[in-house]
Amino acid sequence: MNWIIAIIQTLLFVALAPLLAGWLKWCKCRLQNRRAPSLFQPYKDLIKLSSKQPVVAEHASWIFTRSPYIIFSAMVLAASVVPFIAVDLPTSASADVIVLVGLFGFARFFLALAGLDIGTAFGGMGSSREMTVSSLAEPAMLMAVFTLSMAASTTNLSVAITHVLEQDLVLRPSFVFALLALILVAVAETGRIPIDNPTTHLELTMIHEAMILEYSGRHLALIELASQLKLMLYGVLIANIFFPWGIAESFTPEALGYGLLAILGKLALLAIILGISETVVAKMRLFRVQEYLSFAYLLGLLGMLSHIILEASR
Amino acid sequence: MILVLAYIAVFLSFASGILALIEHQRPALVTLSEAFFTKIPNLHESKRAWITKQLDAKHFPRGLRLAVFLLLGFSGVFAILAGLSVMLSSSVVTDQLALGLPWMKWQVRFDSLSGFFFLIIGIAVIAVSLFGPGYIRSFEAKQHPFEVLGLFTGLFVAGMLLVLLADDAFFFMIAWELMSVASYFLVAFEHEHAVNRRAAFLYLLMAEVGALSIILAFGVLASFSTDFTFNSLREAQLSSTWASIAFVLALIGFGMKAGLVPLHVWLPEAHPVAPSHISALMSGVMLKVALYGVIRFCYDLIGTVHWEWGVVLLVVGTISALGGIFYAMMQPHLKRLLAYSSVENIGIIFMVLGLSMIFMANDQPQLAALGLIAALLHAFNHALFKNLLFLGAGIIHHQTHELNIDQLGGLIKRMPNTSMIFLIGCMSISSLPLFNGFVSEWLAFQTALQVDVLDNGVLRSLIPVSAAALALTAALAAACFIKVFGLIFLGLPRSRNAEKAREVKDLGMLLGPGILAGLCFLFGVFPGLIINLLNGVAKQVVGQTLPNDTALGWLWLAPVSAARASYAPPLVLIGVMIAGIFSFWFLRRDAEIKAMRRAPTWDCGFGGLNARMQYTSSAFTMPLRRIFAGIWLIDEQINKDMRGAMDLDVAAIHYQLQVQDHTWPRIYQPIAHGVNNLARLVGRIQTGNIRTYLGYSFATLILMLWVIS
Repeated sequence: MNWIIAIIQTLLFVALAPLLAGWLKWCKCRLQNRRAPSLFQPYKDLIKLSSKQPVVAEHASWIFTRSPYIIFSAMVLAASVVPFIAVDLPTSASADVIVLVGLFGFARFFLALAGLDIGTAFGGMGSSREMTVSSLAEPAMLMAVFTLSMAASTTNLSVAITHVLEQDLVLRPSFVFALLALILVAVAETGRIPIDNPTTHLELTMIHEAMILEYSGRHLALIELASQLKLMLYGVLIANIFFPWGIAESFTPEALGYGLLAILGKLALLAIILGISETVVAKMRLFRVQEYLSFAYLLGLLGMLSHIILEASR
Repeated sequence: MILVLAYIAVFLSFASGILALIEHQRPALVTLSEAFFTKIPNLHESKRAWITKQLDAKHFPRGLRLAVFLLLGFSGVFAILAGLSVMLSSSVVTDQLALGLPWMKWQVRFDSLSGFFFLIIGIAVIAVSLFGPGYIRSFEAKQHPFEVLGLFTGLFVAGMLLVLLADDAFFFMIAWELMSVASYFLVAFEHEHAVNRRAAFLYLLMAEVGALSIILAFGVLASFSTDFTFNSLREAQLSSTWASIAFVLALIGFGMKAGLVPLHVWLPEAHPVAPSHISALMSGVMLKVALYGVIRFCYDLIGTVHWEWGVVLLVVGTISALGGIFYAMMQPHLKRLLAYSSVENIGIIFMVLGLSMIFMANDQPQLAALGLIAALLHAFNHALFKNLLFLGAGIIHHQTHELNIDQLGGLIKRMPNTSMIFLIGCMSISSLPLFNGFVSEWLAFQTALQVDVLDNGVLRSLIPVSAAALALTAALAAACFIKVFGLIFLGLPRSRNAEKAREVKDLGMLLGPGILAGLCFLFGVFPGLIINLLNGVAKQVVGQTLPNDTALGWLWLAPVSAARASYAPPLVLIGVMIAGIFSFWFLRRDAEIKAMRRAPTWDCGFGGLNARMQYTSSAFTMPLRRIFAGIWLIDEQINKDMRGAMDLDVAAIHYQLQVQDHTWPRIYQPIAHGVNNLARLVGRIQTGNIRTYLGYSFATLILMLWVIS
């Protein structure tokens, strides 16, 4: 029974990811005084792409054509690990938050290899920049996560969320710092403004788009869906770890429905905030990214230190 | 019985070395066989023909090589058997050899800790002996005597095995020196190049300085005990000051062999110049023997560890890990890159070992066991994948005669099997889930996250920071090995050599690293197999094992408790397989869209894409080079050739980039200068005049007489 709920939750996660992307686009359009496309436009795009014949660069090897499947599978697995509408599901025990970071790394590894596979300058440029950004983002992310897992004495996401739920509503300075750090990392890792611009194809600024420039058809559809999943994963992580209220703790239909509504509301709110920040903030030069990410790391470190100095039990 | 297996392993490796010596004794062997035939006239004709055939000029060298590597391989098999049986029976076997000094016979002791390192050596030696026969054929043309290579390989392996068996300081040092000196001759194998001789000399020098430091460390212990056997060294009661002095000496000595920053300078010099299967053994296994030395010395001989030592190991390990990977990233030479990456991995191992010591000294033996297991598991994993990568580098060099990453490319289509094996190595070393490197790193993070039990506030904030440094190391390692795999195997070939490369024909050369790749995956999905073995080692070394979380079953890895953290790689594998297979099937269900269309790569409409337009090694790492500029000594030169009437048109641009290690000019050159100056000072009293020397003798004699009376 629990396994069935876990599978349904994962499928729901995958099914809703394009909706979040559509909603984000809708918000941004409205904020920028533009006519917004339909909320379901990402679904239509995915269906269109997946029914087209893919065109593959002539020098590409199997790495290029198989990578989309690998990247997508890693992201689906990551989606199954993160508590979405309910905690205590069996899948969340199979991998903890460090494995989650590892799964992101797995997807990124193949994405960067696919960028190098076609043998153009664009692909190499994208891979090189992506690896630079992610190698700076990963310590910051783990620092934020460590703060949390030290406070909850676990790296298991489900247990950590339950721990936060059981506590009274207190403002913990370490959590505030960790939240800020995780938000900064999430923006960098999902390739949003000010680090990367998902809508650009300008060679001087592309990171993610440069790597996937040669993809088309079903391959592109999978990569697009994977990056939508990644955006949603970070959203759910932030929403459910720091504001877990509403998540289902038992598996009754009411609790689950309530949990679904709660997470949808939280994600919608987060997307609005992201939309506003993308509207008011300008994209950063590539060589200022390290300042941004070291700031995120510093916030994570401050969170850790404030946990040790202020909050630890002894 | 167990010890017999270990002895057979040592004996076989010696035998393989000795057998290599008969390479040039073919005439004598022919005479011998003729004498043999006359002695036994009724020998079957086919047997006789077989012996004669083996001894003719054409078959003899190849047969001998096979025999030498066969013996070496069997030595590996017996080492694995010995290691497994001692670990499974968790027994301690001791023995006394009839060798050594009359009053100090060589003591032998074989326990779980030694057994585990026997296992590491055994696996590595088997892979190498499968790889070797095909690989060394490339040396034939260049007149490199096989007897040298074979003899010292045998002695080297035997030396490493004996170090693990030794139970007294005297025997230990003899085995240690056997290992060091034999490997010196292997590094100097292609001695016609001055660079190789210099690298080998540097290696020998540092190995001997390290050995001196180890002898001094033993000396400190021995001065508090009755003799040199490890048993009496264990009994020695040291004040904490003397124990710390012994620890520092041992750390310098073993650290020099292991390649901790700043004692690592010999690694990037010696590994690239040795034959590939030797670098695989040196990097994959010999560095682990140094780790064994540290564990044996600190946990077993000194006995009580201090938390300060753990902090020292933690800091040194963190610096080594970060320094190693930063320097590795910038190397365009594949084997130098792998050597620096060994520094990184050794750093990670020492870091986790430091955590284990800190917990041990704080009365948390269970967490100490967790740290020790994480460190040993990483040592095991590193032995597997670094061996694999060095053997892979050997294949690439064998097929393309090129090790410069910037001159390769596009090999995935030309060498599909090699590329698959190498990809698994790269994924393991980048610690991606489902591969073995990830499991040990996961355990390392779990160890670091248990700092809550410590009282010391400084430690509690230092350890998470070093864990974040570990995260940075892992992320940089992934970037580094994406660069390695991407530039060597993907894209377009950057040189004629790479373009003409073909898959290696010798099956053994693929089988050796192939087995290692299989093990990388196996232990990545079922880490429980090896962790159960390591539990026994931890039980013996720190007296505690991991809690057996049987409630979760064998699928799961839950080192502390199920609520704290759990990881089930088989489930992750199944999940990924389901998602992958389903999406693969779903998107290709329609035959019409299933077919892919090949088209020219997009060239921005300009046309003429060529291999030189791809990213190179230095281009790939340029953003990181700019961000962390202070870490390297960077010498970047851009020269323009001008032409035209006013010399204003650029005809060609020359770009040169030299990235150097800080330690050499900052630490070693001042030391070298100091030694030279000192020698010059001492040289002043050497006048070359016999009368002055007689005067010195007279003065010394007077002085001695005065001292004695």
